Amino acid sequence: MLTYTIRRLILAIPTLLFISFIIFLIVKLSPSDPTAGLPLTIPPEVREQIRQSLGVNDPILIQYFKWLKLMMWDEPLHLIEGWTGWNVAPEGGARIISYQTRSPVMDLIIQRMPQTLWVVGTSYIVGILIALPLGIISAYKQYSIFDQVGTFISMVGFSVPTFFTGVLFIVIFAVNLGWFPSVYNTTHVVTDWDSFVVQLKQIIMPVMVLGLYNASQISRYMRASMLDNLNQDYVRTARAKGLNEKVVVLVHVLRNSMIPVVTVIALNIPAVFGGAIITEQVFKVNGIGQLLIIAIQGGDVPVVQTVSFIFAVLIVLFNLLADVLYGVLDPRIRYD
Amino acid sequence: MPDGATPFVLDVKDLKTVFRTRGGEVHAVNDVSFTLKPGELLGVVGESGSGKSVTMMSLIRLLPMPPAEIRGGSVMFEGQDLAKVPEDTMRAIRGARIGMVFQDPMTSLNPVFTVGYQIMEPLRTHMGLNKAQAANRAVELMELVGINDARRRLDDYPHQFSGGMRQRVMIAIALACDPKVLIADEPTTALDVTIQAQILELIKDLRQKLGMAIVWITHDLGVIAGIADRVMVMYGGQVVEQAPVRELFANPQHPYTRMLLETVPRITGERSEKLRVIEGQPPMLSKAPESCPFRARCPQAFDRCASQNPARFDVGPSHDAACFWDFKTGAPRHV
Ligand SMILES: Nc1ncnc2c1ncn2[C@@H]1O[C@H](COP(=O)(O)OP(=O)(O)OP(=O)(O)O)[C@@H](O)[C@H]1O
Ligand SMILES: [Mg+2]
Repeated sequence: MLTYTIRRLILAIPTLLFISFIIFLIVKLSPSDPTAGLPLTIPPEVREQIRQSLGVNDPILIQYFKWLKLMMWDEPLHLIEGWTGWNVAPEGGARIISYQTRSPVMDLIIQRMPQTLWVVGTSYIVGILIALPLGIISAYKQYSIFDQVGTFISMVGFSVPTFFTGVLFIVIFAVNLGWFPSVYNTTHVVTDWDSFVVQLKQIIMPVMVLGLYNASQISRYMRASMLDNLNQDYVRTARAKGLNEKVVVLVHVLRNSMIPVVTVIALNIPAVFGGAIITEQVFKVNGIGQLLIIAIQGGDVPVVQTVSFIFAVLIVLFNLLADVLYGVLDPRIRYD
Repeated sequence: MPDGATPFVLDVKDLKTVFRTRGGEVHAVNDVSFTLKPGELLGVVGESGSGKSVTMMSLIRLLPMPPAEIRGGSVMFEGQDLAKVPEDTMRAIRGARIGMVFQDPMTSLNPVFTVGYQIMEPLRTHMGLNKAQAANRAVELMELVGINDARRRLDDYPHQFSGGMRQRVMIAIALACDPKVLIADEPTTALDVTIQAQILELIKDLRQKLGMAIVWITHDLGVIAGIADRVMVMYGGQVVEQAPVRELFANPQHPYTRMLLETVPRITGERSEKLRVIEGQPPMLSKAPESCPFRARCPQAFDRCASQNPARFDVGPSHDAACFWDFKTGAPRHV
C-alpha cells in the first residue's frame, strides 16, 4: 500500500506539470491586459513599461517556466517559512505577484483560506452527517414514506443550483424572517459565548445551502450503495446466524456500502471548493472563491493561474486519496 | 419419552407462506407438513420454483417480511412454535439451534470481514464467548470441516479461499453453536463435481460425529440416493410425496415423482437414449390451490383432479402421496 501510494505520488508529478501548463496557457492566452484596471490617465508608454516590468512580453515558455519555478519551489518554501518560522525561503527572492493588489498571491490565498475552509469544511461535514443516516434509513425502509420524502427532497436538492437556494434562503430567513444576517462578516472574531452565537448565526445559512446540496448528493450514493448490499447473499447469512438487525445493517451492510461512498466523499472534496465559489458570492464570504472571481474580472492572471492550479492539485491529491482509501476499505483490492 | 415431548426435533404442520407482490399474491408454500427425527437426514427435491427454499426459510423466518407473510401453520421445535415466538426468541434459535448453509459460497460470506471474524460471530452472539475463546473454537471448527492450517487462515478474507473451502467455512459457521438441525439449501449445486463429492463426504462424516438432523435441499436425485434417510418431493408449493429413500426410489406413488425419477440419466442406460424432461409449465401460484397443481402435466389426470386438491394419502409404511390415482391397483383411489 505504501509503495503504491508513493508510486502514485510520483506519477502525479507529470500529471500536475501537464495541468499547470494547460492552465497557464489558457489563462495567458485569454485577451486580458494587466494594466486594464489602472486609471485611464496613465499614458500608453508608462503602461508599456508596466507590462515590461511584469514580464508579460517575454516568450510564453519563458513566462511559464518562471511561473512554474515560483509555484513549485519558491512559494512552497515561503509557505513552510510562514508556518514553521524556519528561515528557509530565498531571501528577497521573487514571488508570484498579483497584478491588482501587488502583494504575493500566496499571501492573499492564505488570508482567504480560513473563511473558505470554515464554510466549505463545516458544510461538508454537515452534509455527510445528514446524508449517511438519511441514505441508510431510506435504503433500509425502501419505498416507505420516509424514503419517498427523502428521495424527493434529495432529488430537488441535487437539481436546484446553490445560487438559487442561497438567494431563496436569504429572502426567507434574512429578509422576511430576519433570523440570520445575509452577509458573512469575516472580520468577526469569536471571543465569548455571545460572539460565538453571532458566528453561528452568520455561518448557518451558507453552511446549510452548501450542506444540503452535498447531503442530497451523498445520500443518493449512500442509499444506492446500501440497496445494492442489502440484497446480497451475505446479508441473509448474517441473519441466519441470528444477529440482530442493528448488527446486520450497521456492521455487515454498512461496512460494505461505505466503500464506494467514502470514495465519492473524498473525490468530491475539491468539487465542493469549486461549488463554494458561488455560495461565497451569494453570501459575500471573502474566501478563495471570491478571490478567484475578482481576479477573473480584473484580469489578474497570476491569481487566476495560481488558484486554478491549487484546485488542480487538490483534485489530483483527493483522487489519490480516494484510491488509497478504496484499497484500505476493501480487502479484495491489492495494490502491488 | 417425557410428557408432552414428541419424537421429532422439528414438526411442521400446514405451513402456508404467501408473497404479496405488486403483481398479486404468490402462494409459494401451501399447507406443507413434515417432520424430522433426531439425527435424520431428510432430502427435499422438486423442480425450480416448487417452494423448497421458501418452505425452509419460512421455518426460521428468514424471509423478507414484507413481501413474505406466513399465513398459517405451526413449526414445533424444542417445545416452541417458531411460527409464533417473538422475534428475539427466533433470533436466539437461528444460527444457534438451527444452522443454515446456502447454495452459493462465493457470495454467502461477507467480503470485508475475515473468515475468523465470521465464524466467531455466532459464537460470541449466542454462546457469550470472549474473543480468545471464540478464536479457539473457530480454529476447532475449521479443522472439523477440513480446513488446513486453521489458526493462520483465521485472518484470511473470503476471497483468499476457493469455492469449496468457502462452503466449508459456511458449514463451520452453521455448526458453530452445535445446532440440533442443519438446513442445507443446495449446498453443492454451485460447486464442481469433485468438490461436490468432498462436501457430501464431509456432511456425512459430520453427521456421524455430531448427530444433528439435516434437511438437504437439492435438484440432484443422485445425491439424495446417496445420503438421505427419507425424501420429500415438492411440487407447486406442496408436498406431493414422502417416503423412506429406498421405498421412494423403488416404489414411487406420485406421477410427478415417477417422472422425476425417469429424468435421471442412468449410467448403464443406452447412449442414444435422450435425457427425458417433464413436459409443460409449472403451475401458477397466484391462488391457493383448489385442484391438483400437477394435473396439467400429469398422464394419469382425470376429472376429479380438476375439482379437488388431493390430500396426502398413506400408500405404504411411512410413505404417503398426494394423488387420486392408485398405482397399485391402476385405478382411481376410492377415498
Ligand atoms: N421474494 C419473493 N417475492 C415473490 N415471490 C417469491 C419470492 N421468493 C420466492 N418467490 C416465489 O416462491 C416460489 C418458490 O420459490 P423457491 O425459491 O422456494 O423455489 P425452490 O424450490 O427453492 O427453487 P430452486 O430450486 O430454484 O431454488 C417461486 O414461485 C418464487 O417465484
Ligand atoms: Mg431454492
